[in-house]
Amino acid sequence: MSTDVLFEIGVEELPARFIDQAERELKARTISWFKEMRIPFSEIVTFSTPRRLAVLIRQVSHKQKSIEEEVRGPALKIAKDEQGSWTKAAIGFTKGQGKTTDDLYTKDINGTTYTFIKKRTDGKETFSILPAFKDIILSIPFNQTMRWGEESIRYARPIRWLVALFGDKVIPFEIAHVKTGNVTKGHRFLGENVTITEPKQYEMLLQEQYVIVDPKKRETSILEGIKEIEKNEHVHIPIDEKLLNEVRNLVEYPTVFMGNFEKEFLDLPEEVLIISMKEHQRYFPVKSTDGQLLPHFIGVRNGDQYALDNVVKGNEKVLRARLADARFFYEEDQNIEIDSFQEMLKTVVFQEKLGTIHDKVQRVKLMTEKIAKRLQLNKDLVRKSVQAASLSKFDLVTNMVNEFTELQGVMGEKYALLKGEDADVAKAISEHYMPLHAQGELPNTIIGSIVSVADKLDTIVGCIHVGLRPTGSQDPYGLRRQAIGILRIMDKEKWQIKVEDIVQIAIDLYKNIDIPGMESTELSEAVLSFLKHRIEYLFKQQSIESDIIRAVIDHEIGVLAYAKDKAQLLSRKRNEETFKTTQEALVRVLNLSEKAERTKIDVDILSTPSEKVLYQSYLETKEVYSEAADANQALNALARLSDPIHEFFEHNMVMAKEEHIRHNRLALLYEISTLIHSFANLQLIEWNQHF
Amino acid sequence: MNIQEMILNLQKFWSKHNCVIVQAYDVEKGAGTMSPMTLLRSLGPEPWRAAYVEPSRRPADGRYGENPNRLYQHHQFQVVIKPSPANIQDLYLESLKAIGIDPLEHDIRFVEDNWENPTLGAAGLGWEVWLDGMEITQFTYFQQIGGLEAHPVTVELTYGIERLASYIQDKENVFDLEWTEGITVGDIFLQPEYEHSTYTFELSDTDLLFKLFNMYENEAKRVMEKGLVFPAYDYVLKCSHTFNLLDARGVISVTERTGYIGRVRHLAREIAKSYVAKREELGFPMLNKEEQE
Repeated sequence: MSTDVLFEIGVEELPARFIDQAERELKARTISWFKEMRIPFSEIVTFSTPRRLAVLIRQVSHKQKSIEEEVRGPALKIAKDEQGSWTKAAIGFTKGQGKTTDDLYTKDINGTTYTFIKKRTDGKETFSILPAFKDIILSIPFNQTMRWGEESIRYARPIRWLVALFGDKVIPFEIAHVKTGNVTKGHRFLGENVTITEPKQYEMLLQEQYVIVDPKKRETSILEGIKEIEKNEHVHIPIDEKLLNEVRNLVEYPTVFMGNFEKEFLDLPEEVLIISMKEHQRYFPVKSTDGQLLPHFIGVRNGDQYALDNVVKGNEKVLRARLADARFFYEEDQNIEIDSFQEMLKTVVFQEKLGTIHDKVQRVKLMTEKIAKRLQLNKDLVRKSVQAASLSKFDLVTNMVNEFTELQGVMGEKYALLKGEDADVAKAISEHYMPLHAQGELPNTIIGSIVSVADKLDTIVGCIHVGLRPTGSQDPYGLRRQAIGILRIMDKEKWQIKVEDIVQIAIDLYKNIDIPGMESTELSEAVLSFLKHRIEYLFKQQSIESDIIRAVIDHEIGVLAYAKDKAQLLSRKRNEETFKTTQEALVRVLNLSEKAERTKIDVDILSTPSEKVLYQSYLETKEVYSEAADANQALNALARLSDPIHEFFEHNMVMAKEEHIRHNRLALLYEISTLIHSFANLQLIEWNQHF
Repeated sequence: MNIQEMILNLQKFWSKHNCVIVQAYDVEKGAGTMSPMTLLRSLGPEPWRAAYVEPSRRPADGRYGENPNRLYQHHQFQVVIKPSPANIQDLYLESLKAIGIDPLEHDIRFVEDNWENPTLGAAGLGWEVWLDGMEITQFTYFQQIGGLEAHPVTVELTYGIERLASYIQDKENVFDLEWTEGITVGDIFLQPEYEHSTYTFELSDTDLLFKLFNMYENEAKRVMEKGLVFPAYDYVLKCSHTFNLLDARGVISVTERTGYIGRVRHLAREIAKSYVAKREELGFPMLNKEEQE
C-alpha cells in the first residue's frame, strides 16, 4: 500500500536569493530522511515560490521497512560455564535484546566463537513517523535567519501556515504555534485559500489560484512573454541569467510587460541606463536587432493582465525618476574637477588601520612605477601607468558611483575621457578592477594590468600586515579573489618578474610608512605562503596536480609563467618511463643532501674518478642550466647529471668512515641539490612511472 | 487623495487596529525609528502598539528645494507593534486600501531589504514594499535594538508619505503635491527647504555645533547617571542631529567620524539598558495591564 505525502511551508516573502538553495536542500534532506527512516517511496518533487517551499513524496509506503540484524553477544567461553549452562553474561545479553537464551546461536570470528542473536525490528506505521519530518523543515539552512513575534525559533522569514498531508490525512505537528493542516494559500491578491485532499493535485490546485509553484515553469513563462514582445515589437531582449533567476523568484504568477522612457535619456552612458534598469528595478533592457539600446524596458508583474496599463505607467514613472536622478548626478559630476574628487578621497576610509583611499592611491602609484620599470616599459608607458594609478579611485566619490557602486571604474574612465585625459590612461581606470570575479575577464592593456596588480597587491599585503588574513569562510576584503586576479594576470602576461620580488616591492613600501603591524620578514613569509595556496588552487583548476605544484614552488615561486611551465612539464614526466632513471638520480641526491653538514666542496679531496666526473658534470650543468631558455631545456640540463650521479653512487660510499671524505661528498651532493631545488623539490612528487 | 487625507486615513485605520495614535516627537531626528515611541518602546517584554507621523530631518539630503525628489525634511508614517502579529502583512495591505490603493490594480511586492543603524546598535530584517516598482514602505522585524536582542520582536512599518503621495496624486515634483485642498507641499515647505539647506551647507557655525555636541553628550551622561532615561535620550537625539549637521557640512574627518558615531552608539546602548532596567523596576506596567484584562 502506498500513498502520496505533501509538506508545504508557508512563509512571508523569502528573499529571492535564498529560494533555489532552500529548495535544493529541502529535496536532498527529504531523500536522506526517508532513507534513514526506511520508508520506501517512488519519487520526490519539490516546489518553491517566494511564499512557500513544498515537497511532494510519491507512493510512500504505509509501513516502514522491518530490519533483521545480527547482534554479537559475549564469546562462547564467557557465555557458558564449565557445566555448559548459560552464564549471567549470556542471560543479560539476551534480556537486553528482548530475547531468551533459546535464541542464541554461535559463529566463529577470527578463531573465537561468539554468541549471536537475530534481532528483528518491525517497521512502524509510516503515518506515526511522519510528524518527525518537522525537524527537516527546521533544518533547512538559510544565509540569514530571523525571529518574529514571541517565537524563539529562527527561520528565513516568519512561518505562517503549514500543510502536511498523508493522502487526505493531516500529519499533526506544530512549528512556532502554527499547526499543520490541509489548507494552502493562493496568490496574495488573485487567489483564495484552497483545501488539498490529494497531495498530487497540489501543483494544479495552486495553478488555479494563480500560483505557479514550479520555478522552472515561471521562468519559461517569463521567457515566452519576452519572446512574444521581441516578435511583436521587432526588438532584441538580451537575457541576463542572474536577473531572470531573481525575477522568477520574486513572483508567483508572472506577467511580462514592456514600458518606455524618454528618448533624451539615451544620452546617458549605456552602462548607467542598464544598471538603473537592472540593479534597482529588476528590468530587462531592450535593444534593437542591431544591438542599439532602445528607450524601452521589460518588467515582470506578480499578477495577471488586469489593469496592466496602470502597472506599466507606475513603473515608467519610477524609472523616469531614477533616470532623472542619474542624469542629475551625471551632470553634477561633470561640473566638478577631478582634482576636487581626488581631494575628497582623503575623507574616505580604505581600512581603519590602513588609512584613507587617498593613502592607498599614493602607495599604488609608487608600486605601479616600480613594477612598470621592472617590466622595462618605455618612459611613456611608465608615465601613463603612474597617471592611471593616480586616477584609479577618484570616481569613488562621484555622485554616480555613490548611487551605483557597480559603476566604479566605468565612470572613472568616462569622466577622465570627458576631461581630456589620455585614452590609454582612462581605459586603465576601468580595467584595474579586473578580473571582477575569480574567472572574470582580465585587463586587455599592459597599463590596466600593472595598476590592477599594484592595487590588489597593496590590499593583500596591507591587510595581512595588520592581521586581516582570511580565515575559513571569512574573507571580508576578498583577498583570495584578488590574489587569483594577480596570479592570473602575471601568468597571462608572462611577466618576467619573480612573485617574490613583486611582493617585496609592496612590503618595502609598507616599511617606509608608519603602520604598525608585522615585521617585514614575517610579513613576506605570510604573504608568500598565502599566495602559494592560491597558486595551488589556481593551477589545480588547470588540471595540474597539487603535489607537482607544491614541488615547483617549494623553494621559491619565481616567475609565475615559468613555474607553470615547469609544473606542466613535470606533470607529464611523472608518467614517462624514460624519465625514471633521471628522476631516481635527482631524488636520491636530494634525499642524501639533507645529511650534509658542510656546504663547501674541497676540490683537492675529490679522489675517485666518478667523484671527479660528477663534480665536473655539475659545473657544466650549472652553466647550461643557467642559460636554459625554457623549462624543458632546464630539465634536460639537469638530466645530464643522471648518469654521473648513478656512477657516483655505484662506486662511492657517501657515508665514508673518514669524516673529511664523508663531509666532502655530502657537500658535493648539497651543491647539486640546490641546483635541483631551484627547479623543483622533486622529493614532494609522487612518481608514477609504470613498468 | 491629498496628504492630509492620507495621514488621517492611516491614523484612522491603525487606530481601529488598536494602535495608540501619538504625535510627532518634538526633538529633531533623522527617522521615525528614532522616536522614543519606537526605539525605547520596542525594548523589553511589554506589548506596544503605536502609530504616528514623524517629520524626519536629513541635513545631507537638503537640495535647496531644487531637486524634485530629495528633501532636507520629509515625513514618515510610522507603525510599531510588539509582539509582531501573525497577520501583519494582511493588515498592512488593508491599510493601503485605506489610502486608495487597490492591490488588484497594481503590482505590490515584498522585496528583501534589511535595515541596520549602527549608531543606535539596531538591526532588523524585512522588505521594502514595492508599488509598481516604487519603494513605498520599509517593513522591518527588529532583531536588535541598542545592542540588546529584541524579544519579543517588534515589527515596524515606515510609509514614505511624499513617495506614496507622488504616486497617488501622479505628480513628478514633490513640491507640487497637494497637502490639503488649495495648499501644496511647496507652499508649506519650499522656503524652509531652501533656508535649511543654506544653513546646513553654508552658514552653520561649526565651532558652536562642535561645542553643542559635547555639551549634549555630557548632559546625556549626567542625566543618565541620575537614572532619567527619557531626558537622557532627548540629548542623545540632539547629539545625533548635531552630528548630522556637522557631517553634512563636511567638517568631520574620517578618523573623527568613527569616533563620533561610537560615542552616540555608546550612549544609545547605555540608555537601552537603563530603559529596560527602569521598566523592570516598575514591574513592566504595560505587561501587567494586559494580564489584568
